[in-house]
Amino acid sequence: MVDSGSYELFDPVGVEPDFNPDPVAQMINVQKHFGHLHVLKDINLTVNRGEVVVVIGPSGSGKSTLCRTINRLEPIDSGQILIQGKLLPQEGRDLARLRADVGMVFQSFNLFAHMSILDNVTLGPRKARKVPKAKAEAEALALLDRVGIKDQAKKLPAQLSGGQQQRAAIARALAMHPVLMLFDEPTSALDPEMINEVLDVMVSLAKEGMTMIVVTHEMGFARRAADRVVFMSDGLILEEGSPEAFFTTPQTDRAKDFLAKILHH
Amino acid sequence: MDYLSRYWAFMAKYNVLNAFWVNISLTLAAGALALILGTIAVTMRISPVSSLRLASTFYVNVFRDIPLTVVMVIMASVVWMQLNVSFSNDFHVDFYILAIIGLGIYHSSFIAEALRSGINTVPVGQAEAARGIGLTFLQSTRIVVLPQAFRGSIAPIGNTIIALIKNTTVASVTGVSNETSSTMQAAIEMGPQFIFLIFLTFALGYVIIVIPVGLLSTSLSRRLAVKR
Repeated sequence: MVDSGSYELFDPVGVEPDFNPDPVAQMINVQKHFGHLHVLKDINLTVNRGEVVVVIGPSGSGKSTLCRTINRLEPIDSGQILIQGKLLPQEGRDLARLRADVGMVFQSFNLFAHMSILDNVTLGPRKARKVPKAKAEAEALALLDRVGIKDQAKKLPAQLSGGQQQRAAIARALAMHPVLMLFDEPTSALDPEMINEVLDVMVSLAKEGMTMIVVTHEMGFARRAADRVVFMSDGLILEEGSPEAFFTTPQTDRAKDFLAKILHH
Repeated sequence: MDYLSRYWAFMAKYNVLNAFWVNISLTLAAGALALILGTIAVTMRISPVSSLRLASTFYVNVFRDIPLTVVMVIMASVVWMQLNVSFSNDFHVDFYILAIIGLGIYHSSFIAEALRSGINTVPVGQAEAARGIGLTFLQSTRIVVLPQAFRGSIAPIGNTIIALIKNTTVASVTGVSNETSSTMQAAIEMGPQFIFLIFLTFALGYVIIVIPVGLLSTSLSRRLAVKR
C-alpha cells in the first residue's frame, strides 16, 4: 500500500502534524495559456510530504489545470514544476517514470473500459514497474479490499456504480505506491449518495499521511482532511491558509462571495 | 437441362475452385499485411512526434488516392521490371508476392483510416489514465487505446476486408493469371454461348464468400463493443 516507513502516522485524528519542510511538489512562477486565455497566472505552490492541500474555486478558475500540470498532462508555458526536488521531465521515458510516482484520480474515473477491475489495478505495476503477475494481483486484491470492492475484481468497469468505479480508480493509483496523489474533482461526476463512500477512502488516505492535492467542491472534505486550503480564481491563487481560517475569515471579496454561494443553500 | 449439362462439362476444363482459393489466399495474406501496416500507420498518426504524424498522413493519403489498378501496374512494371525486385526464380511466385504487397499497401491506408475513426471513439481520458500510471506512449497505445479502437472500428474494417476480397481480382494486372477474373475471362473467350452462366457462377462465388464476412463483422462489432 503506502510506504509506512517514510512518514509519521499522525494520531489522534485532527491534530496538526508538524511538517519538516520536505517538498514533494513545487510550482514556481508557473504560467499557462489556452490560446488567449491566461489560465495559470504566476502560480507558486509548495506541497510538503504528508500534507493534504485542497484547491477550491469557481469553475474556470484554473484549479483543474493546476492539478493536471503537476504530472504534465498539461504542459506549461513557463516557470518550473519540481517533484521531490527534480524538474519535471519533457515527453519520453523519464516523464513516464515520473508519472508512475504520481497518482492521478480523474473526475470521470477513466478506468480502462475493456479490462476487468483487477487488470486495471495491476496494469501499471506490471508494465511500468515489471512486478510479477502473481505479486501484482495479490497487492491489487489487498487494495481493492481496502477500498471495499474486492468482490468486484473480476467485473468490467461499466458493471460498477460510479462510486465503486472511483474507488477502483483510487486503488489503481495506489498500486503504484505514489509519493503524491492528485485528485481532479473526484466526486463531481458522482450521484450524491455515492460521494461519501469515495470521500471516506480519501479521508483515510489523508489520515495515513498520504501527500495529496485535491481539487474539489466538497467543503466537508476540506474541513475534515485538509491541512491547507488554496483558493483560486481567474488563474490566480488568491488565498492560502488553514481550512478553519479560510472558511471562517476569508480575506478577499472573491473568496467571501464564493463561500457565500456554496455554503448557504 | 441439356444446356446446363453442356455448361457443366465446359466448366470442368476450368479449375474454378482453385481460382477462388487463389483469391482467398491473396485476401488472407494481403489482409494480414494491411492490418499490420495500417496499425503502424495509425500509431504514427497519433504519436507525439510530428515528423511521424506527417509521414503517416502522407502515406495514407497517397495510397488512398491512387487507383488500385495503378498501384498494381506499378508493382509489375516498375518494381518488378524496372527495379528488378525479385523473390524467387519463378516469376509466378514473384507476381503473386508483388500482388500481395500491392494489395496490402493499398488497403492498409483504408485500415489506418478505419482505425483512426475507432480511436476517435476512445475517450481521451483513457490515454490520460494510461499515461497517468506511468505507461509509455507505445504501451498505452498498444494496451489501452488500440484494443478499444479495434473494437470500435470492426464494421469499417470489415468493409475494407470485403472490398479487399473483391479487389484481389485486380491481381491479374500484376500477372497472377490463375485467379478468378483471369479464369472467367478465359472461359468467356472459349465459351461465349455460356456468357451469362459464366458471369453468374463467378458472381455467386463472391456472394457466397462475402456474405459470411459481412455477418461476422456485424456480429463481432456488436459483441465486442466496449461498454462505457
